[in-house]
Parts: sequence; structure tokens; C-alpha cells
Amino acid sequence: MSEPIVKGRNLVKRFGSVVGLNHADFDLFPGEVLAVIGDNGAGKSTLIKCFAGAHLPDEGEMWVAGEQVAFKSTHEAREHGVETVFQTLAVAPALDISANLYLGRELRKPGFLGKVFRQMDKKRMRQESGQHLQDLGIMTVQNISQAVETLSGGQRQAVSVARAAAFGSKVIILDEPTAALGVRESAKVLSLIQDLRERGISVILISHNMPQVFEVADRIHVQRLGHRAAVVTPQTHSMNDAVAIMTGALQVPENEQTLTPLGSPA
Amino acid sequence: MSTEATSDLDLEEEFAVKRSPIQRLQMTLHRYPWLSSLIVLVVVVLIFGLVNERFLLPSTISLMIQQTVIVGTLAIAQTLIILTAGIDLSIGAIMIFGQMLMANFAVYTTASNVLPIAGQNPWVAIFLGICAATAAGAVNGFLIVRFNLPPFIVTLGTWSVFMGLTLILFKARTIQGPEMPDEMKLMGESFPIGPFNFSIGVITMFLLYLLFAWILKNTAWGTHVYAVGDDPVAAQLTGINTKRVLFSVYLVAGVVMGIAAYITIGRVQSASPNVDPMLNLQTITAVVIGGTSLFGGRGAVIGSLLGALIVNAVEMGLSLAGVDQSYRTTAIGLLVILAVGVDQWIRKVKA
Ligand SMILES: Nc1ncnc2c1ncn2[C@@H]1O[C@H](COP(=O)(O)OP(=O)(O)OP(=O)(O)O)[C@@H](O)[C@H]1O
Ligand SMILES: [Mg+2]
Repeated sequence: MSEPIVKGRNLVKRFGSVVGLNHADFDLFPGEVLAVIGDNGAGKSTLIKCFAGAHLPDEGEMWVAGEQVAFKSTHEAREHGVETVFQTLAVAPALDISANLYLGRELRKPGFLGKVFRQMDKKRMRQESGQHLQDLGIMTVQNISQAVETLSGGQRQAVSVARAAAFGSKVIILDEPTAALGVRESAKVLSLIQDLRERGISVILISHNMPQVFEVADRIHVQRLGHRAAVVTPQTHSMNDAVAIMTGALQVPENEQTLTPLGSPA
Repeated sequence: MSTEATSDLDLEEEFAVKRSPIQRLQMTLHRYPWLSSLIVLVVVVLIFGLVNERFLLPSTISLMIQQTVIVGTLAIAQTLIILTAGIDLSIGAIMIFGQMLMANFAVYTTASNVLPIAGQNPWVAIFLGICAATAAGAVNGFLIVRFNLPPFIVTLGTWSVFMGLTLILFKARTIQGPEMPDEMKLMGESFPIGPFNFSIGVITMFLLYLLFAWILKNTAWGTHVYAVGDDPVAAQLTGINTKRVLFSVYLVAGVVMGIAAYITIGRVQSASPNVDPMLNLQTITAVVIGGTSLFGGRGAVIGSLLGALIVNAVEMGLSLAGVDQSYRTTAIGLLVILAVGVDQWIRKVKA
């Protein structure tokens, strides 16, 4: 059995008197799609933000690819190959699409202009952004130098997903990536998730959309009251079971859970 | 992976939507925030030029540009800060502090509480003055970034502090032009270009504008300045060190204020702690009229030059037309409110 690529133990995160994470455990195995579900306020976003480098947990330990980590910025998480689409999308509205894709990792011109004057290679950034968006197949962009704020909510989400997909090397975290998307575009994102899995990238998908979760996930992490209530699979449990676990109506003994992947994930 | 285009998210279709000319104008102004100020400047110049032909004389235009040089240079610093959704009320005080320090280090005066450690070498004095302004900018940046204090309050405080410090260290004594070595007044030297008359200070200001326009547009730092002003939380989530960017902006603004201090000595031909007390507000006026948003994240440095020129053109035009000072002041005020209104309208652009 392979080791988890992302692992968390006993994670605690408090916001003043509010407890976001209450001794939460977490395991993501290489090459799997792990869905994280739970009620509003269950701590899903808080959990993934720890691995994304947006929060530093107050207690507990985290590992990425076997290495113990404590990310102080999203930049550090990225350097460990963890890329995130945040629920809030984290785009700079006034900047254009390509500037947003490369925000925080701008390409520099080769040679003197880049080294000494630190000039960005805008042309290459535009070309490659266009390519990334096209690869994604969820939107065709006429004008890559268009400000993100002039895009629709769904298009912004697509930009954010494209950014993660373009740069994620080991793990991609998607916090409700289809919330603003129509049926068709949601389907594209789901197929993107499957593509990513085929490329050997592990995916964490937070979603409230049960049919979606059951369609794409290998395992389902149910978060409740700030900790992991259970991990199940679409094969072992129904949607109703999952909802019951979320609300606390159903408790699953540990031996009926799927804490490690079943056999070898497809 | 599927590459077929989905029509719903197709931007081409999205933007093939018929837009009224007003909406198209709104879109264009949204893309080029300085464009509205350029239009205003051209209109203002044309109107005043028609009203009074003296307005368009090369000598009038030269004078107008000369008069813009202090506010115009300081407005670069203010633009950088406002782009981060901050504001600097201490700009004038820092400039005066730097200017007095330069002058006092270049000239030995018994009135001064400091020894002229620069040994009366003007270049060392100028350098120290710019360093002092940079340090003052850094103090603002440090207080804002380290303690998470609102820039408005911090700079309101440091405005008094730097003013007080200037008086404590250098007394209220004005150092007159003739007391200072020529190097100190270099920025005021003027020379003709065609029918126009430019000072070295004006040329320096223009070069600074070009430099910062280039930096903001072409470097990652420039992009980060916009991102931090636009949405600091999002900027941080994308891995930008927002605190470092913010601090660096106040530091760089300090350098510009130091250069402005040197330019001011040349322009005024003396160094006095009693320079225009309205300087802070004038720079904000220039920035706002120049189309940079007080909410941060959008605008362009060139707009602030246009903004400063507009203010001066209106002042000059109205005074040539014999309009009373109080009416001129009122007119500038209305212009600012109009500019903010236009900014709000432009910001409403949505797909
Ligand atoms: N920055 C913050 N400051 C204060 N409280 C916070 C903060 N972030 C999260 N919380 C609190 O922590 C708890 C968990 O929030 P979290 O955002 O992780 O929930 P979630 O499971 O992602 O919910 P949703 O489905 O609505 O996105 C909530 O009670 C929330 O109010
Ligand atoms: Mg959430």
C-alpha cells in the first residue's frame, strides 16, 4: 500500500472562539480523486486551506509526499506541488486573464531585459495562457488581455481552474469549482478531473453536488463539526448514507470505512 | 481532452452582444483609466485657448508645466500608494523634511540644530536628503504593514511628526537661494526646446513618469502592486508576499519624495519649511482626476501627470479669464467630485 501524498493528523484551527478544525485527520492517496463533503461550516475550506498554505494550523501535523510540512504561504505549498482553486477564486479582478494565470510566478524575458530590468515576458505569458485555457476546453478566449472583472462568474471560475490545472504537479485542490458553472461546464470540469487523475495527479474536490461527487470520486471524506466523520466510497455507501453521515444521523464504524483506497484505484 | 468550443462560455459570443455607444465608451475608459483625463485636458486646453489666445502661447504652456513640477512629481509617489488602496497624507511633510535636510547639510547655518555632516558638499547633502525621505517613507510602510494600521491614520500622524521634526532639527529658518551652492538649485535651470522653456526639474519629472509607467506595466512588481490594491486577500492566496509589496511601495514612494524635494529647491530657489500646506491634498487631487481609483488596483501613473496638468490649466485658464481665486478653487473641487463620479461609473463595467 502506497503512502498518502497528503496527510494530516489532529489538525486544529481556531478563529478566536470559533473552532474551524477540531482534531481533523486527512489522507489523500496518490492518483486518487478524494471528494470532501460536509455541511456549510463543517470546516472543509479550512481543512484544505491548511494544505494550500493559506492557513497555518494551530495544532497537528501535516505531510506532503512523505515530508512533514508547515506551509506559511501558498507559495510554499506550490513549491511542494500543491495547487489550489479557492472557493473565493483568488483572482485580481482588474488584471487581465494572462496576468491572473501567472500571478505570483510571472515569466521573465530571457537575457538582459529579464535579468537586469526584470521585464516580464508578457507575450509568452499570453500565448501560454491561451494554450492552457484551450487545453482545458471549458472556454475559448478571444482576448486574453481582457480584465477578469469583465468575465462572467463561470468564466472566472474557469480561469481559476485553468491556473491550478496548468501548474499543479502533484496535488490539485478544488474548493467548489463548479459552483458557478452551468451543467455543460460542470461536466467539462469533471472530465478535467478525470484527465488529471490519468496524468497521475491527485485531486481533492470539495463539492455540495452529490451526484457529481458520486460520479467522479474514488473515496469520499465526510467532514462534520470540524473533523473527519468518516471516509466512504460510492461503492460501499449511497448518497443517502453520505448525507446521513454529514448530518450525524449515521455513524460508520471504522472497519466499515475506506480509510485507504480499495485495491488499486483505476 | 475535448477541445470543442462550448458556446455558452464563448467570449466571442459574450461580447458580440450589442452594446450602446455609452457602454462601449465605458468599456474603453475601463481599459485605459487615463483616457478620460487626456480627453478632459484636451477639452480644457481648447476651451481656454479659444477664450484667450494668450493661454496657448508657448510661454504660458511652459509656465504651466513648470508650475506642475512639484505636485506632478509628488503625485507619482501618491499614485503608487493609492494603487495599493492606501493614501499618504504625509507626502508634503516628508518632501519638506528631505528638502530642509538637504539645504541644511549643504549650507552651514547657526540656526540649525544639526551639524552639517555632509561637510557642505552639495551632492552628499542631496543624497542624504533623498535617503531621509526614503527612510520616512519606510517608517510609514513599517507602521502600516507591521501593525496593520490604516494608511490614512498612520500618515496623518507622521505628517505632524515629520513637520515637527523638521522644525526641531532645522528651526523655521528659510535657506535662501543665494546661500546655497549652484548644484542645489540645478533642477531649476531651464533651457529652450523649440519655442518652449523647460527646466531640468521638468525633464526629471517626465523621465520619472516614463520610468514608473514602464515599471508598473512590465515588471512582476508592478503587477503585484495592482493585485495587492485590487484584492489583498486574493493576492496573498496567489502566493504574493503582500506585506513586502506594500512596504516596498512606501519605500519607493519615499525615494520619489526625496527627488521631489531636490526638484522643489530648484523650482522655488530656496528651502523653506513653509511650502504650500495644501501639497498633500493637491497630489491626491491630481491622482484622482488622473483616473486612478481611490479604492486601489486600477489606474495609471501617466493619468496623474495629466491630472496635475488639468488642475493647473484650469487655474491658469480661469485666472487669465479674470475669474476670482475663490471661484477657481470651487471649480477644482467640482472637478475632483466629477472625477470620482466618473471612476465609480467606469468601475461598474461588467460582462
Ligand atoms: N477566516 C475566518 N475567520 C473566522 N472564522 C472562520 C474563518 N474561516 C472559517 N471560519 C469559521 O470556521 C468554520 C468552518 O468554515 P469553513 O469555511 O471551513 O466551512 P466550509 O465547510 O468550507 O463551509 P462551506 O460549505 O459553506 O464552504 C465556520 O464556522 C466558519 O465560520
Ligand atoms: Mg468552504
